[in-house]
Amino acid sequence: MSTLRPDLAKIARHVPDGARVLDVGCGPGDLMEVLRDSKGCDARGLEIDPAQVAAAVGKGLSVVQGDAARDLADYPDGAFDVAILSQTLQTAERPDLLLQQLLRVGRQAFVSFPNFAYWRMRAALLFKGRMPVTRHLPVSWYETQNIHHVTVDDFRELVAMLGIRIDDAWYFTREREIGGAQANFRAEHAVFRLSAK
Amino acid sequence: MNTAATNSVNLPGPLPLDSGRELAGVEVAYETYGALNAARDNAVLVHHALTGDQHLASAHPVTGKPGWWERMVGPGKPIDTDRFFVICPNVIGSCMGSTGPASPADDGAPYGMRFPVITIRDMVRAQVALLDVLGIDRLHASVGGSMGGMQALSLAANWPGRTGRVLAIATTARHSAQNIAFHEVGRQAIMADPAWQGGNYYGSDSKPEKGLAVARMAAHITYLSEAGLTDKFGRELQDRDAKSFGFDADFQVESYLRHQGISFTDRFDANSYLYITRAMDYFDLADEAGGSLAQAFAGAEGTRFCLVSFDTDWLYTTSDMRAVVHALNAVAAPVSFVELSAPYGHDSFLLDVPELDRVVEGFL
Repeated sequence: MSTLRPDLAKIARHVPDGARVLDVGCGPGDLMEVLRDSKGCDARGLEIDPAQVAAAVGKGLSVVQGDAARDLADYPDGAFDVAILSQTLQTAERPDLLLQQLLRVGRQAFVSFPNFAYWRMRAALLFKGRMPVTRHLPVSWYETQNIHHVTVDDFRELVAMLGIRIDDAWYFTREREIGGAQANFRAEHAVFRLSAK
Repeated sequence: MNTAATNSVNLPGPLPLDSGRELAGVEVAYETYGALNAARDNAVLVHHALTGDQHLASAHPVTGKPGWWERMVGPGKPIDTDRFFVICPNVIGSCMGSTGPASPADDGAPYGMRFPVITIRDMVRAQVALLDVLGIDRLHASVGGSMGGMQALSLAANWPGRTGRVLAIATTARHSAQNIAFHEVGRQAIMADPAWQGGNYYGSDSKPEKGLAVARMAAHITYLSEAGLTDKFGRELQDRDAKSFGFDADFQVESYLRHQGISFTDRFDANSYLYITRAMDYFDLADEAGGSLAQAFAGAEGTRFCLVSFDTDWLYTTSDMRAVVHALNAVAAPVSFVELSAPYGHDSFLLDVPELDRVVEGFL
């Protein structure tokens, strides 16, 4: 699991053995592969980019090409033990609806996203007066897929409003886990484990 | 080119048909590539499309052209004959060795229109009977594009234990009204040809070649995309500098379609075209399962599916294939789906699309 991105490694560690998992925005299926091979999970994926789907299918994974915003609605209620949304929430047109779908098809969900309130982001905006371009948000404002920048505190407020419970939270800076103190300021990105209340 | 073993078996018993009739003395012609392993679990059944045949990866005996999926099947190719024992049967109703309207009926004369109307499921039933004869209980995979994809889906739905994987490309779970409409144009063209003679043209001097050619021309348009046609022909004139102000094939696209139509009549039987298009038009997996497509796949949750569509295919569209994906999701069958980008329309599954090769190889 050491080759996985830290947020994915964290998620992989906390997915129960043998779980039925849906990875939304699964890319080439790196996380799914780990979940299948080392945890015996029945992992399925949803991915919008056909080249990434082809790569995942080539690994023997079951991945459906589709747009999470539209196609999650096709999955039955409670079809999965775990639904995963990594680094995709900020690209959704309606993150609130996406979270609701996630906790409809999955009994629990893992969600990770870059924290726009990270102090380097704030500093970039404050001192340069420009939209920050960082490792986790590496693309200029006009071509980015990230259309809803979110902070740790915004996310907490949104899920509370949606009646979603936060079961766990982990924070990372420079690919290392940090404690939860002042996470909204100190975390470069965050991972949450959620369930319906 | 591969060396293929061309074979034919006589099915041991009569074949029950969806129409309620039975077909006795059924012969199924097929080719195989590669070798069956000791465990007999490396067989891949490849189903051909409407006008295809068992010459999957070997030269066609009439045209001399390479097999229709030569690029996909062979040693080291995506369907690797070093790993798999590949079987490609000719469907019943066809004209390349399997029992069809040109075959002799009980009285020794060709069936003609006395041949029973068959369905996609009947075709698959004959293939399953062939597998029984070959002693293959469970396929590694069932693979097909277009009508071949319908057979692969039908196999999974109706004989759920018989295959571990299903790869269905550029296909659908049911024929749409538009699909049926195009087929009806073709059938009417054949039946309007005076040489058709009510289907009793076998042994006669004239065959409904003009009608069959027109049917092929109309169908061929549906296999291509507008962009592909424009790219290939545009409005270019054929062998002339100016319009003739007549009805010769002035345009290259006309000349191409005429050639496609005429060369088709050398290798295909008009009555087979009627029967096979009818089988496709009747195809509706949901209807077979009481109206629910998910129900059709209720026993298939142990089979892995991979579905592929092409963005320029307007005959069997991405949304047709998504309907199958949704049904498979509803029964929690492991399914992959990808829409590939290719300029050639429906025919993309037969042409050079490297991304398709990667998906096929990876999935198998």
